Amino acid sequence: MNTTILLFLLQDGITNGAIYALLGLALVLVFAVTRVILIPQGEFITFGALTYASLSAGQMPGTIKLAVAMGIVAFAFDLFTFRRALHAKRVLRSVAVNIIVPLAIWGVMLALSGRPANIAVNITLSLLIVAAIGLYLYRIAYQPIAHTSVLVLLIASVGCHLALQGFGLVFFGAEGQRGPAISSDAITIGALRFTGQSIAVYGITIALIVGLWLFFGYTLYGKALRATAVNRLGARLAGIRTTLSGQIAFLLASVIGAISGILIVPITTLYYDTGFLIGLKGFVAAIIGGLVSYPLTAAAAILVGCVEAFSSFYASNYKEVIVFTLILPVLVLRSLAAPAVEEEKD
Amino acid sequence: MSSQTDALLQVADAHVAYGKVEAVRAVNLEVRDGEIVTIIGANGAGKTTLLNAAMGIFPLKGSVRFAGKEISKLDIEDRVAAGLSLVPEHRELFATMNVEDNLLLGAFRIDKATAARSFEHVYTLFPRLKERRKQLAGTLSGGEQQMLAMGRALMGAPKLLMLDEPSLGLAPIIVADIFRIVGELKAAGVAVLLVEQNAQAALKIADRAYVMELGEFVLDGKASDIASNQRVVASYLGFQHESDSGI
Amino acid sequence: MTSRLLPVFVFATLMAVIPFVPGVPPFWIVLLDNIGLAALVAMGLVLLTGVGGLTSFGQAAFCGFGAYTTAVLTTTYGLSPWLTLPLSLLVAGAAAVLLGLITMRLSGHYLPLGTIAWGISLFYLFGKLEFLGRNDGISGIPPLSIGSWKMLDPGSIYFPIWIAVIACAVLSMNLLDSRTGRAIRALRRGHVAAEAFGVQTARAKLLVFIYAAVLAGLSGWLYAHFQRAANPTPFGPHLGIEYLFIAVVGGAGYVWGGVLGAAVVIILKEVLQSYLPLIFGGSGQLETIVFGILLVALLQLAPTGMWPWLTALLPQGDSRRRPAPADALPTRAESAPADGVLLQVENARKQFGGVVAVNNVSFAVKSREIVALIGPNGAGKSTTFNLITGVLQATAGSVTVRGESVSGAPPQEVVKLGVARTFQHVKLVPDMTVLENVALGAHLRGRAGAIASMLRLDRADEARLLAEAARQIERVGLGDQMNQLAGSLSLGQQRIVEIARALCVDPMLLLLDEPAAGLRHMEKQQLAALLRQLREGGMSVLLVEHDMGFVMNLADRIVVLDFGTKIAEGTPAEIKTNADVIKAYLGAAA
Repeated sequence: MNTTILLFLLQDGITNGAIYALLGLALVLVFAVTRVILIPQGEFITFGALTYASLSAGQMPGTIKLAVAMGIVAFAFDLFTFRRALHAKRVLRSVAVNIIVPLAIWGVMLALSGRPANIAVNITLSLLIVAAIGLYLYRIAYQPIAHTSVLVLLIASVGCHLALQGFGLVFFGAEGQRGPAISSDAITIGALRFTGQSIAVYGITIALIVGLWLFFGYTLYGKALRATAVNRLGARLAGIRTTLSGQIAFLLASVIGAISGILIVPITTLYYDTGFLIGLKGFVAAIIGGLVSYPLTAAAAILVGCVEAFSSFYASNYKEVIVFTLILPVLVLRSLAAPAVEEEKD
Repeated sequence: MSSQTDALLQVADAHVAYGKVEAVRAVNLEVRDGEIVTIIGANGAGKTTLLNAAMGIFPLKGSVRFAGKEISKLDIEDRVAAGLSLVPEHRELFATMNVEDNLLLGAFRIDKATAARSFEHVYTLFPRLKERRKQLAGTLSGGEQQMLAMGRALMGAPKLLMLDEPSLGLAPIIVADIFRIVGELKAAGVAVLLVEQNAQAALKIADRAYVMELGEFVLDGKASDIASNQRVVASYLGFQHESDSGI
Repeated sequence: MTSRLLPVFVFATLMAVIPFVPGVPPFWIVLLDNIGLAALVAMGLVLLTGVGGLTSFGQAAFCGFGAYTTAVLTTTYGLSPWLTLPLSLLVAGAAAVLLGLITMRLSGHYLPLGTIAWGISLFYLFGKLEFLGRNDGISGIPPLSIGSWKMLDPGSIYFPIWIAVIACAVLSMNLLDSRTGRAIRALRRGHVAAEAFGVQTARAKLLVFIYAAVLAGLSGWLYAHFQRAANPTPFGPHLGIEYLFIAVVGGAGYVWGGVLGAAVVIILKEVLQSYLPLIFGGSGQLETIVFGILLVALLQLAPTGMWPWLTALLPQGDSRRRPAPADALPTRAESAPADGVLLQVENARKQFGGVVAVNNVSFAVKSREIVALIGPNGAGKSTTFNLITGVLQATAGSVTVRGESVSGAPPQEVVKLGVARTFQHVKLVPDMTVLENVALGAHLRGRAGAIASMLRLDRADEARLLAEAARQIERVGLGDQMNQLAGSLSLGQQRIVEIARALCVDPMLLLLDEPAAGLRHMEKQQLAALLRQLREGGMSVLLVEHDMGFVMNLADRIVVLDFGTKIAEGTPAEIKTNADVIKAYLGAAA
C-alpha cells in the first residue's frame, strides 16, 4: 500500500465518519431523552437529501405534503389529549405549531417556485420540512406510548421506518438522485485534494458538536434535556415536561439527520432507502459509544468510517459484513469493562 | 372532620387502584395554608400511593382541589406550576448532574428573579448543599441527597411541599436534622404534607394528623390528640417508645 | 394435566380438520403455512424476550442457518431431508452457542443492538458466500417425503409445519412451568437474586438463546422444503425485526401469543397486499406505509400484546390450588459446628475507586446466634453483605464460612455452603406467584434439567420443590397469599416472601437486609418470634436493621459500623451505653 492510497482512504473514511458521528450523536440524544431507538433516523437523512435535491432540480418535493398531513394528524392528537381541558391558549399554540408552520413553509415554497434555485434557501426549506416531520412524528407515534418499554418503542420505530420509507418511494421514486454541492472549490495539499464539500462536512460537523456541547452544558433547556435523560420522574417533578424534552430531542435529531443527508447527497447518489443503511452505521457508532457517551460516539464514528473505507478497498464484497461485525468485539469489551453491578431501581 | 372551603389542598372521596386492588379508598384530606399535616400508618397502608396520586403520578378517582382549582385532571408538570411539590420516596435526583444544576432545574417553571431568591433560601436552609454545590448528586450521602431533594422541590417556591418518608434509611441523627428543617419551612410560610413511618417524630412537629390503615383514613385530628390516642399508641408508637426509652 | 392440555387438544384438532373442510381455498392453506413458520420463530422469541428479557433482532439469521444447512446438504450432497433435520437444528444451535457466548453477556440495551449488528452481518454474509449461491441462493431443494408421498403442495407440508408448532408450544409451556423455567423467568428481573439461589444465570441465558435459535432453525428447515429454495432475503434484518414485532403484537410474555401474533401480522400483510391496490390504485409501496402505520397504532392501543387482552375475556379458573403433598426434600447433610464459628469475616476491605466502603472489618457469627449489623446509611452494611455472599469480591481480607474460604467464590458457590439472603430492595419476580418465587429458593435442591422439564419427566422432583416452598410460605405466615402474584403484595409482605425464599435454601446462616422495614408493630413481633424460633432450630441470623427497638430485643450481639469501619461490638446492653456508638449513630438526643 502506498501513502497516497492510505491518505486517500483515510480522508474518505473521515469524511464518512464525520457524517456517522452526527447521526450517532443524534441517536444517543434521542435514546437518552426518550428511550426511543430512532430507526427512522435513516428516513430523516433521505428526506433531507432528496427534498434538497428535488428543490434544486426545481421540483416540488412530496415531503411538504407529508409535513402538512402529519401536522393535521398531530393537531387532532393534541385536541384529543386536551379534550377534558380545552384552553384557548393551548389550542392556539397547537394550531400554530401543527397547522400554520407547515402551511407557511408550503406557502414560501409555492411563492419561490419557478425562480432560480438558491442553495441556502433550498437547504433552509429542506431542514424546516424535515424538522416539522420529526416533530410531528414524535407527537403522533411516540408521545402516546412514551411510558412503555424500550422494546415497544423500538417496534414503534420499526413501524415509523417502514411507513416513512414507503412514503419516500412514493415521493421520490426508485431512481437515485444527487444534489448540488455546497461549494465547488477545492484545495490541494500534497497528494490530497480537499473538495469544498468535504471541508463543509468537517466544518459543519465540528460546529454542530460544539453547538450541542454548549447547549447541554450551559443552557437551561439543554440541562432540562439531560435531566429528563437521567431521571424522567425527577424531571417531571421539577416541572420539566417529558413531551417538551422529547420534542426538542426529535427536532434536533431530524435536523441533524437532514443536514447529514444534504451533506452526502452531492457526494453519493441517494435512493429512497439509502438512508436506512447510512443511519445504521451511525447506529454502530452510537452503540460503540454505549448510547451514552457523545465523545466516544464521535470517535467510534470516525473509526467506522475508516474501517468502511479500508474494507471497501481491500474486501469490497465483505464491506458491510466487516462494518457490522466490528461492533461485536467492541460490545464484548464494553461489557467486560463495565462493572456488572445491577441497578437498584427498575 | 372540620371542612373549610379555603383549604390549600382538598382531596375528596379519592380512590386509587392498581389493576383490581384498590390501594386508596374514599379518602378525604385537607391541608390549610401554613400547616404541617402528617399521614401516619404502616407500610402498604397506601400513604405513598395517595401522595403520588395527588401529584398526578397515578390516576386518581375523586376530586383534588389545590389553591381553589380542581387539579385532578392536570399533568404532574402543571401541578408543579400551580405550586404543588413532591419529594418522592426515592428522591429521584439527577444523579449525574451537580447539586447546583439539580437545584437550578427545580426552578424550571419560574422566572429568574424568583429562582435567585429560591437559591438563597435553599442555601440558607441547607448550608451543606452550598458547600457541595459542584459535587455530583449521585456521590452525596443519603442525608445530603434527601436535603437536595427537598431543596430542589423548594426551588420552585411551592405553596405546599409533600414529603414522602424523608427519614427512610437515614440515621436518627440526620432524621432529627431533617425534621428540624421541616419545622423551619412552616415558619417560612410553606405548608407541608408529611408521610412518615416514624410516627413519633412526625406527630411531634405536625399540627394535624391522619392515620391510614389498609387504604383508608381511620382517624384524624390534632397531632397532639392523635399522639395520645390509645389505639395509635398501641399500634404505631409503642415500639418507638420502647426503642427511645432503651437508648 | 387434562385441564392444562385440553385447549391444546382442541386447537390441534381444529387445525387438523381445516385442510379437509370442503371449500377452503388453497390460498388459505398457504397463509396458514406461513403463519406456522413465523409462529415457530416468534415462540422462541417469547421465551427469549418476553420471558427471559433478552431481546434479539437476529432470529431471522437462525432461520437462515436452518434453511441453508438443509439446502446445501440436500442439493450438493444429496442427503435425505429427514437426515438434515437434526443437522439443521444442530447448526442453528451451534451458531447460537457462538453468538450467544459473545452477545448474551451483554447487558441492558447492548444486547438487542448487538443482535441487530450480527443479524445484518450474517445477512450480507449469506449473500456473499459462493457455496450458498451468493444473492441468488440455492434452488431445487427436494421436498419432504414419507415413502412415496412427496409433500410438494402447501396442503401437505401444512401437517409437518403445524405438528411442529403445536409440539413446540407444548414443550415451551412445559419448560416454563418447571425449575429451569423459573430460573429463566427470574432473569428478566436481573441476575443478582437468581444467582443468590444458585442459578447459573449465564448458562440459563445461553440455554434460552439456544432454544430460541433451534426453533428458528426448525422454521428455516421447514421453509427450505416448503419453498424448495433458499436465498438471503427472508433471513435479513427486516424479517428479524418482523419476528420480534409478531411476538410483541401477540403478547411477548405468552407462548400462544407468538402463534396469535403470527396469525394477525401475516393475515394483515396479506390483506393489505391484495386489497390496497384495489382501493388506491396501483402504487406499489402503499402496503408498507399502511403496515407501518397500523403497527404504530396497534402498539398505542395494546402495548402488552393481544393475547393477555384476549384471555382477559375468558373466565378465569380458580387459582387457589395448593401444591400436592410430596416427600420432603433431603435436608443438609452437614450440621452446624456445635458452638463453633459459622461465619468469620477477617479484615475485610472493599474499595470502589478511591472510596473505602468497608475498612478492615472483622467479626464472627457463631452457630445458633442472631447478630445485628447496624450503622448509619452508607456505613457499609449492605456492602458487607455483598462481600459475604460473593456478589462483590473483597479488595483485601477474607471471609470464611464453616472454615471454608469464600474469597473469590461466586454467589452460586456461597449459597451451596448454606448461606441464604434477602435484599434491601426487594428482588422478587412480580408476575410470578408467591409460590413460584419461593420455589426459586430451592433451586439447588432440585435436579431436573431443561430437557426433562420439556418432556415432563421432572414431575416428582418438581412436586418436592413446590411442597417445600409451600411449607416455608406457611411457616412465615403467608399461606393465604401463596397463589397471588408477588407484585400484588405490600412491600412488607414481599420482604417476608424473600425470607421464605431464603428458607427454601435450607440455610445454616440467614442474612437479612432490613427485614422489618415496612412492617407494623404486630408484624415485627411475629418476625422476631420467627427468627428466634429459627435460632432454636439451629440456624444463625445476621441482620441489618434500622429499627433499634427490634434489634435490641432480638440480637444476641451487635456489630456497629460507621463509615466502613467497625466502631463497636457487643451485647445490646453494651452497645446502648457505648459512647462512640451514641455519638456516631444514635445522636445526642439519647
